[in-house]
Amino acid sequence: MSNATLPKQSIELVFLARLRERFGVARETYALPVEHASVAGLLASLRSRGKVFADELAEGRAYRVAVNHTVVGLDHPVHAGDEVAIFPPVTGG
Amino acid sequence: MTAQVRVQTQDFDVGAELALLRQNNPAVGAVASFIGCVRDMNEGDSVGLMYLEHYPGMTEAELHRISAEAATRWNIFDTLVIHRIGELRPLDQIVFVAVTSAHRGESFRACEFIMDYLKTQAPFWKREATPAGERWVEARASDDAAAARWKSATP
Repeated sequence: MSNATLPKQSIELVFLARLRERFGVARETYALPVEHASVAGLLASLRSRGKVFADELAEGRAYRVAVNHTVVGLDHPVHAGDEVAIFPPVTGG
Repeated sequence: MTAQVRVQTQDFDVGAELALLRQNNPAVGAVASFIGCVRDMNEGDSVGLMYLEHYPGMTEAELHRISAEAATRWNIFDTLVIHRIGELRPLDQIVFVAVTSAHRGESFRACEFIMDYLKTQAPFWKREATPAGERWVEARASDDAAAARWKSATP
């Protein structure tokens, strides 16, 4: 699509632990195209950045996605203002 | 029923926490608790230092969800979860879970349930320093299996 005025919504992205280190960023405001307004759409959008994003977020890699502090699946919607965190499987305790 | 959740860098005094938990409640007949500690070995390598990271906000929310779920499954009074973050060394305490109830079965099971779910759902990550360098600890399938046991039925 060449139309630069396609609507986008602003979300907060949070990367944690090993993924924060790999991506070199802990938190960023991200303009998500509205046609990508789901977890699956967001992941596709981030993969299109290439390099470590395409590698670490490839299908089949082990990571979790939380929207507003709750772990969700690929079909979960992503709305303007949501905080979306992407992180490796947890290892506390 | 009250559920306390604390995420902190400082150490905790198990005796003092247990005394506070059952203070002034003569209905408590059982207190079960668990302490997790830093081991000096992991995956065959010696560990000299560990760093614990978490996701502020979600961590507390998740620990409250887990504690509330335990209270719906068993007849318990109060729960306490303390998890440390930051730099830790072998012998240090990492995590503390305590549950009170009238009879021991409820608090034993609720304590183990909270710990099993904490291990697989609460957003903490460990990075450890070994002689070969630093590495992020990998999640274990055995922890997923431990949490999955509680899905089939309430034992």
